[in-house]
Amino acid sequence: MIAYIVRRLLYALPILIGVNLITFVLFFVVNSPDDMARMQLGAKRVTPEAIEKWKAERGYDRPLVWNAEAPGLAKATDTILFDKSVRMFAFDFGRADDGRDIALEIRSRMGPSLAIALPTFLLGLFVTVSFALLLVFFRHTALDVGGVVLCVVAMSISGLFYIIGGQYLVSKVWNLVPISGYAPGLDAARFLILPVLISVIGGIGSSARWYRTLFLEEINKDYVRTARAKGLSELRVLFRHVLKNAMIPILTGVVVVIPMLFMGSLLLESFFGIPGLGSYTIDAINAQDFAVVRSMVFIGSVLYIVGLLLTDISYTLVDPRVRLN
Amino acid sequence: MALCVSGLAWALSGCGEVWNDPYPAAERGQNILYTAFTDRPKHLDPVQSYSENEITFTAQIYQAPLQYHYLKRPFELIPATAEAIPVPRFYDAAGRELPANAPAADIAESVYEIRIRPGIRYQPHPALARDEAGHYLYHEGGPGERRTLYDFERTGTRELEADDYAYQIRRLAHPALHSPVFGLMSDYIVGLKEYGDTLKAAAKSLPPGQWLDLRQYDLPGVEVVDRHTYRIRLKGKYPQFLYWLTMPFFAPVPWEADRFHSQPGMAERNLTLDWYPIGTGPYMLSQNDPNARMVLTRNPHFSGETYPCEGEPGDREAGLLADCGKPLPLTDQVVFMREKEQIPYWNKFLQGYYDASGISSDSFDQAVQFGQSGEVSLSDDMKAQGIDLQTSVSTSTMYMGFNMADPLVGGLGERGRKLRQAIGIALDQEEFISIFLNGRGLPAQSPLPPGIFGHRDGRDGVNGYMYDWVDGQPQRKSIDVAKKLLAEAGWPDGRDAKTGEPLVINLDTTGTGLGSKARIDWLTKQFDRLGVQLVVRSTDYNRFQDKIRKGAAQLFFWGWNADYPDPENFLFLLYGPQSKVKAQGENASNYENAEFDRLFERMKAMENGPERQAVLDRMLDILRHDAPWVWGFHPKSYGLEHSWVHNRKPSNVANNTMKYTRVDPALRDAKRAEWNRPVRWPLFAFAALLLALVWPAWRHWKRSEQARAVEGQA
Repeated sequence: MIAYIVRRLLYALPILIGVNLITFVLFFVVNSPDDMARMQLGAKRVTPEAIEKWKAERGYDRPLVWNAEAPGLAKATDTILFDKSVRMFAFDFGRADDGRDIALEIRSRMGPSLAIALPTFLLGLFVTVSFALLLVFFRHTALDVGGVVLCVVAMSISGLFYIIGGQYLVSKVWNLVPISGYAPGLDAARFLILPVLISVIGGIGSSARWYRTLFLEEINKDYVRTARAKGLSELRVLFRHVLKNAMIPILTGVVVVIPMLFMGSLLLESFFGIPGLGSYTIDAINAQDFAVVRSMVFIGSVLYIVGLLLTDISYTLVDPRVRLN
Repeated sequence: MALCVSGLAWALSGCGEVWNDPYPAAERGQNILYTAFTDRPKHLDPVQSYSENEITFTAQIYQAPLQYHYLKRPFELIPATAEAIPVPRFYDAAGRELPANAPAADIAESVYEIRIRPGIRYQPHPALARDEAGHYLYHEGGPGERRTLYDFERTGTRELEADDYAYQIRRLAHPALHSPVFGLMSDYIVGLKEYGDTLKAAAKSLPPGQWLDLRQYDLPGVEVVDRHTYRIRLKGKYPQFLYWLTMPFFAPVPWEADRFHSQPGMAERNLTLDWYPIGTGPYMLSQNDPNARMVLTRNPHFSGETYPCEGEPGDREAGLLADCGKPLPLTDQVVFMREKEQIPYWNKFLQGYYDASGISSDSFDQAVQFGQSGEVSLSDDMKAQGIDLQTSVSTSTMYMGFNMADPLVGGLGERGRKLRQAIGIALDQEEFISIFLNGRGLPAQSPLPPGIFGHRDGRDGVNGYMYDWVDGQPQRKSIDVAKKLLAEAGWPDGRDAKTGEPLVINLDTTGTGLGSKARIDWLTKQFDRLGVQLVVRSTDYNRFQDKIRKGAAQLFFWGWNADYPDPENFLFLLYGPQSKVKAQGENASNYENAEFDRLFERMKAMENGPERQAVLDRMLDILRHDAPWVWGFHPKSYGLEHSWVHNRKPSNVANNTMKYTRVDPALRDAKRAEWNRPVRWPLFAFAALLLALVWPAWRHWKRSEQARAVEGQA
């Protein structure tokens, strides 16, 4: 297995280089270093000299990908692409365009992002799996049909509606929790209740339908019939046998998400005032801060690759037939 | 799930009688002003902070030598740390002193001598901490294990000196800082440009990361006379310089702060002057988390300033003089919470968790209603909550610019001018303001908004090329007049009189989305009335800016917020040498009129008075005739405040105004409790709903467990 993991990690390198390259091209198709300088220096009284100075200080005064005037290898290395990208492979993200340390910012924002993403993930998984099993338990009854209709309705509603509606009803009309905000430590709980609840409710529709389909596929198989014939109760059949055998497709979708929890949620963080990485990314895109955008895309890519690797490893845990070679 | 409900009730029960209070319980009853910010400030270094979201903080912390009177209108300069408003002395090229009324052309140099009040002290700061022997405690050794400025065990203070002001002016030229006013000030402050070059060379010769001591290099334009007096030498005459002396660019910075922050390891932990300001003002930054919450706390060393005792007529009746003579600031803290979205911000204001709020378009109908004669008042819901409405016309102008370098719409010839005038009449600003701004705007008659010297109200101030004066008020000229002008321009019914080709005008805009679509549809309809085809070229902001810089746009939206209340700060937007294409200046229309430029140079150096008014009248007449802009509107700002907030007066120019605001915390707490009583029944209903779902499931399961395979057996 270790050889497999090492091989997969080596495969990740060209993927990361590719992602880096694509981010670079996409970013600089839309922005030029001059645009970035203007964005940072403000709209009023910006002189061409100030722009040149800003670019020179941050190394944006060099050619993007090829420096024809440089000697030898420097033709490729004395460029914005090389300078800004290579350091990231050592997880040295440098400074944002406003001069602040990116690694420090990421570390301080990871906590709030996880504080909202982790309970949402765990509670969401528990609720949706339970709800899907409940529907399967009541399969071919009015409750099952009603549940499926409810799922379709729930997944047809925009996430924004849940957020605005939830804030209005729970915080404004019923005055039960703060509308938005964040506090460190245990005090964070009262700010997180509503966004977590909204995320879970908003995610039930699509996930529960998907899991229900998986469970229904399993429940008609021979081993389930055998289990019932042995005299096992329906609950034991569902939780001990059906759930376990439906785990592989569930894990495919779930484990890969775990590392991405660090990246936060763009919409939720924005509406609930959670100072996490999701809002950091949005702010950076709005401010055309390439240093932050490329760092966040890079971290996202790394976490996604780790997630895929964890998924593969988790297969071996739930299905002994799977071998990582 | 029932456990979850119990957990929810438990988590909230710790919040007392109000469950949705977003602030710590310890803050209840405290003398705190609560407000919000949307965008995190990029720069808190006074040499760089310029945008509104930055200056909101820096203006409360740093003290420039001058400030605006809080209540008087038109705006009046008064001393802040200075003992008096400096009166410039003028010198000719030979160094001879000239009388105060000397012609501007004779003046080679103006000298401003500023004497600051003794006894002003800095906020507590580790950069100023010293041991018993007088050595600075934290100028060597870096941050160590400390993560924030508040982790330093000891702080110190010292008296404000004239040298600190001189040091900050030197910082304008610092090669690693990007002061937006360095270019402008280099044109005026003697030797500042050369000083910048010297610093650049010096910085290159230093090892990376080493402190560049600005005091080592001579700046001839700034001279420290004694401990409390300094002089600034300007090239020529520049009366507007006094307004610059109200801004944080000219606030004091102690050299110790630069020395402290330049140590290795500081910047890596964001321990920079850009992140932690140090000032002498009424507040100091005591919590700095620009992602969530920033807190200004009363500076314990601030003293000597009191609430004003005189204002403009009506201020006394409005209760704005009730705190006359009280020491400032009137609140102990100002808490800024970050709200990126309007809906939560608005709802929290209605719950009493923000003391004041603007009115977004989404909530306008909820907040404001119009009477039969168009007068604005609060909605009944707002009145019931005791909320007050404050309105004011901003010192801003929004316009649609023609690119005067464009062969079709530009030029000073009759063809282009009449075309522009026709378009100016056709674009009904009154209708635009009514439809898209909920009436929050004043149609512009010129670039000068009300409150700026040179602006005239009534008949005298009407743009006769666009309006008629009917029944005591301006009335936009009819579309027939516009069509006639268009025909005279060679485009009868929107077609070329010679070739019959349709007239097509391109509008460059950054607008996308639903709101923009409605505006563009409205514009297209207005142009249709003239028979002119409007082609809208939507693009992103960067490309748009690029087109303006290169003069590739034909028609575009633009706007300007005043830096200071002087007509020069608006009319320079049309001054030829400021042309965007030629000089990368602020004249986005690239308008050039020799007479206007001549008058501008004269007006700029004049004192306010009848003579300056006459010059301004002529300048505005030239602009109205040439019509380089479609005169748009001056935005009206609408603000709401709760009944426990006092002394707020809209000011679009002064920024250091938080010290004047007073709150009544007891009333606020009572109102919050009244408005935010938790409604508990949904919790029980939720628990009951869960039970209602679980109960039949459990019954079904029990039944199926106990059911026999074949009925009737056994």
